[in-house]
Amino acid sequence: MSARLLAGAATRIAPTFDQHLALYGPLETHDDLIGAVEQAGLRGRGGGAFPTAAKLRAVAEAGGRPVVVANAVEGEPASGKDHALLRVAPHLVLDGAVLASRALGARDAVVAITDRTGRERATIEAAIAQRKRRDGRVRLRTAAVPNRFVAGEETALVRALAGRDAKPSLKPPYPFERGVDGAPTLVSNAETLAHVALIARFGAEWFRGVGAPDSPGTALITLGGAVAQPGVHEIELGSPLDRALDQAGGVTGRTQAILVGGYFGRWVTPADASKLRLTPDVLGAGAIVVLPAEVCAVAECARVLAYLADESAGQCGPCVHGLRAIADTVSAPGKSNRRPRLEQLAALVAGRGACRHPDGAAVFLRSALDVFADEFAQHAKRRQCSRRDVRVLPLPTRRR
Amino acid sequence: MKILRVDPIACDGRGLCAELMPERIALDEWGFPIVDSTPLSSSLERHAARAVAACPMLALRLESLDSIGGRTTARVRRR
Repeated sequence: MSARLLAGAATRIAPTFDQHLALYGPLETHDDLIGAVEQAGLRGRGGGAFPTAAKLRAVAEAGGRPVVVANAVEGEPASGKDHALLRVAPHLVLDGAVLASRALGARDAVVAITDRTGRERATIEAAIAQRKRRDGRVRLRTAAVPNRFVAGEETALVRALAGRDAKPSLKPPYPFERGVDGAPTLVSNAETLAHVALIARFGAEWFRGVGAPDSPGTALITLGGAVAQPGVHEIELGSPLDRALDQAGGVTGRTQAILVGGYFGRWVTPADASKLRLTPDVLGAGAIVVLPAEVCAVAECARVLAYLADESAGQCGPCVHGLRAIADTVSAPGKSNRRPRLEQLAALVAGRGACRHPDGAAVFLRSALDVFADEFAQHAKRRQCSRRDVRVLPLPTRRR
Repeated sequence: MKILRVDPIACDGRGLCAELMPERIALDEWGFPIVDSTPLSSSLERHAARAVAACPMLALRLESLDSIGGRTTARVRRR
């Protein structure tokens, strides 16, 4: 499969606007962008896998003067694809934001980032400056939001852009009806907009030329853990997990399990790796981590669950209390075998917050209880875990 | 048809709703409401309205399910 989003990656990073146009061709306004995106079957790449055309239509039909937000916040620590995309092909993301703006009648397009490295905002501002007045009436700008897990949730992002705290609000209203400055707002993942930019140039048929009929196109994944070539890769959607791992040089050593979909995702056994098809709803934001055999799965899951509890926005009782109870139960010596209690907690938190943070944690927990059932049972009996405590699942190291 | 729904951000776990509407609302171990959103019969609607009015945080809402399954929120007047 030839790379699409990462086509320029081999030769350079941070291409200029002219280098970008030389690689991908000119940027022309599409006369039915939403129709083309609908035919292409593009689904969001930020984790929700929502049909992009449906979102575009909802904003278009809401009336008023819409705003476009390219969401490159990427709060998930195990995911680096949006940051990589903004380094390797920033103009694809900007093209997509401009094209969506033209299709929706928006004048303002914001690229939202967290500025993890401190240089990112400057890099994107430089890319925007290179485009000068070639985007017509659409004004591009950047905005930096705090690097928190929930900051990329669409309502949290809308609030952060209004200068308030990056915490989710209750839906409805959805951003497509009332978002930035009360205007109908398209909040779209950066990678999704990059695909829009390619669909506008090459068409829906071209887009569907790779991938599967039920999952057309390509997607970026972030591969971590025990693989030969960790990092961001571009894969064909619908392909099995083991093929994606082979694309990264294969796994190194013996694999215990593979996390697919980041910290709201599910664990997969090595035996199931050839059977699991990587479709948008399975991938989430595309973070995949291979857990080697010698690492303690319970300790790794405990670290993630403690992180998810810490990253609660703190607004909803069931999330605040429930995720803390889950984290404490899994971490406490001798308690990790309390599967009925953990299952009960998972059921208590799901669907009872303003956003999907507790639901995601519940999915991760349930999957861990299933795949690592023996480990959870055994771990509680031992005072010391016999496996090495190497930290494989990436988490921020700072303490608050 | 009306249903009960809680705004989990506004909710502070005071629990008056569960006392007034045990048919549809139970409290979890931390004191927060677990709301059953089954449509309310007209006899239950009066009790639901009382529970909505009693919430000190205005977190409990009575919503209408319209004919296409959409929802609109009605604020209940205190008498």
